[in-house]
Amino acid sequence: MERSRFQQGLDDLRDKLLRMGGLAEQAIDRATEAYRTRDAKFCQMVFTVETAINQAQRDIDELALDLLAMQQPMAIDLRFIMAVVKINIDLERVGDQAVNIAQRVLDLISEPEVELPVDIPRMASSVSAMVQRALESFLDGRAEIAESVLQMDNIVDRMKDEAFVVLVQKMQSDPKLTRAALDVLLISRNLERIADHSTNIAEDVIFWVRGADVRHGGAHYIR
Amino acid sequence: MGVGIEVRGLNAWYGKNQSLKNIDMTVPANHVTAVIGPSGCGKSTFVRCLNRMHETIPDARAEGLVKVGDVEVYGNGTDPVDVRRKIGMVFQKPNPFPTMSIYDNVAAGLRLNGLGNRKQMGELVERSLKLSALWEEVKDTLHKKSGASLSGGQQQRLCIARALAVEPDVLLMDEPASALDPISTSKIEELIFQLKQHYTVVIVTHNMQQAARVAEFTGFFLMGALIEYDKTEKIFTTPADKRTEDYITGRFG
Repeated sequence: MERSRFQQGLDDLRDKLLRMGGLAEQAIDRATEAYRTRDAKFCQMVFTVETAINQAQRDIDELALDLLAMQQPMAIDLRFIMAVVKINIDLERVGDQAVNIAQRVLDLISEPEVELPVDIPRMASSVSAMVQRALESFLDGRAEIAESVLQMDNIVDRMKDEAFVVLVQKMQSDPKLTRAALDVLLISRNLERIADHSTNIAEDVIFWVRGADVRHGGAHYIR
Repeated sequence: MGVGIEVRGLNAWYGKNQSLKNIDMTVPANHVTAVIGPSGCGKSTFVRCLNRMHETIPDARAEGLVKVGDVEVYGNGTDPVDVRRKIGMVFQKPNPFPTMSIYDNVAAGLRLNGLGNRKQMGELVERSLKLSALWEEVKDTLHKKSGASLSGGQQQRLCIARALAVEPDVLLMDEPASALDPISTSKIEELIFQLKQHYTVVIVTHNMQQAARVAEFTGFFLMGALIEYDKTEKIFTTPADKRTEDYITGRFG
């Protein structure tokens, strides 16, 4: 059957959002790579990707607004567009957080390298997996994958709390390390925020697919 | 004041063709309830059963319980004419009496029912035209202009005034705005919203956005059955039945 113009519009919206999701993943990966290699060129890549993310955000908003105005979607289509609009915001913030990380890395590499007992690359790979899974759940509208993202959030929260404790200890025992430790602390905070954004994305997918609002720890079905 | 409508096990036929199948529905008083569904789904038949208009078609019959307020619409000894007076109806195409003046159009139902003296009649006509938001536009030409001289949107509000003049409890509207331009449509919709203070309104519409805008409850009919009936916001955001979802998202029907 030929797809209707409206269905075509929904498919375009989905493709655009997935492409934006790909950019957001790239931004996280480059930022992590910058941390791991202490190579400023990866920071520059993050800044470039972030510009593309911002452009994508505007395009998606525009298309979503057009579809709402022209097609007056209902029910699952309406929930889908709502979800896209909200995920769009979260992905843009993911880009911002990646930029924040890249800026901290630039600060870190302006000083001699120090040894800190926090495994940022491991935390980043958990966070990256969350974003990937959240987007995967969006790709096929699979609420069960989205649910698994919600569970992963606790792990990242714990990592951030642990990083806080050890980095504060480090700063107290060796004040020379304060600057680097603060950078790393902020990076762990940025990663934890990205995990929160992927949680939001997963919740939006569940809302789209099931019509259930699972935010703030409840399963509130729209009445 | 409006009264509630209770429908239990309502069946209707055109000859051997069953057009309504075992409908149960509770329409709350002083609210707007929309009835939606594809052509031929039984939605118009449903509202026509509420005031016993259905049986006016040759070979058509209905059975089941329909209670409007305290009145059993299909009860023994219930006079269909009384029922139709208590339950006003407005149709898709405005149908004023073309040669009668505006005043006489509104007064027609009162005269037919032998209601009121001249003074009371004047008050009722004015009140009805005010309720239907037409008064300001026609008050100076009540006796001079005919019903047919009004615009389509005005004619429809005139028909609403005519229906209201006999002081019904329920107002049934079958696609009341589908022949009107957007400005007239929005006036009618605003009017429907106002009318629910005084009446219970049931509206049949093909326009989903209209149902979403004016109704607090919405029922979805398909092939003579009531598939889903719930608060309007629930029907249009998270319908429970796949068939409802497919219809309102334009995937069939």
